[in-house]
Amino acid sequence: MFSVGLDQYLILSAVLFCIGLFGVLTQRNVIKVIMCLEIMLNAVNIALIAFSQYITPVTLTGQVFAIFVMVVAAAEVAVGIAIIFTVYRNRESVDIENFNILKW
Amino acid sequence: MLEIAFALLAITAVASAVAVIVVRDIFRAALCLILLFMTVAGVYLLLHADFLAIVQILVYVGAISILIIVAIMLTRDARQGPPLGNLKYPAAVVGILLLGVVVFGIINTAFVIPDNAPLQETVKPLGKALFGDSGYLLTMEIAVVMLLSAILGAIAVIREK
Repeated sequence: MFSVGLDQYLILSAVLFCIGLFGVLTQRNVIKVIMCLEIMLNAVNIALIAFSQYITPVTLTGQVFAIFVMVVAAAEVAVGIAIIFTVYRNRESVDIENFNILKW
Repeated sequence: MLEIAFALLAITAVASAVAVIVVRDIFRAALCLILLFMTVAGVYLLLHADFLAIVQILVYVGAISILIIVAIMLTRDARQGPPLGNLKYPAAVVGILLLGVVVFGIINTAFVIPDNAPLQETVKPLGKALFGDSGYLLTMEIAVVMLLSAILGAIAVIREK
């Protein structure tokens, strides 16, 4: 049996982050891109809380950072989905190929 | 015991993250994402972060996933998402390279781990760390203003003309 320490949590976080990165780069549906972005943010939170547990167990700095990451994630999803709705209303599609209105 | 719990949670988390990408039906992908959020909350519990585990359930499982599901319901023709884009192989190379570099760095770093026992319950210390003296009060205020402006911005963007 292996022992669970800081390294294992960080490797789990890295694996989840890379899966999310792959999804963000490859998905065509914008809602799925946002879902993969959430996977990446969750992976970062796991790393922050693992550091908080093992490196600063009393001052809890990593957990404070994780709270701020959650706040930013909530705001990001709200704004992102509002933008998706607006583009969907104009273009009748959520394919990322159609999100080129700002392209010069 | 801890090892078994961690292994189960890690396998479930990675499998559901892969399922979010692989599953074609976007509604099922959203359900896999909710499963991922719950397993991440379990990982937080293993790390003695009880308050953050509850917040994870409330914010991610309760709010963000509902928002994503509403977005799926309102964009109807896109239930069967199109296949992966043409960036598939470069993205896989980038992901695997990044994973290799990060894992190499983690394994070859000697982290300084202090002897302090971890806190058993974190709600009170976390509140003191956020709002107490030499805390993060200003950052908290900025985060609150950012949330408000994000809500107002979302309303302004989505409003019918």
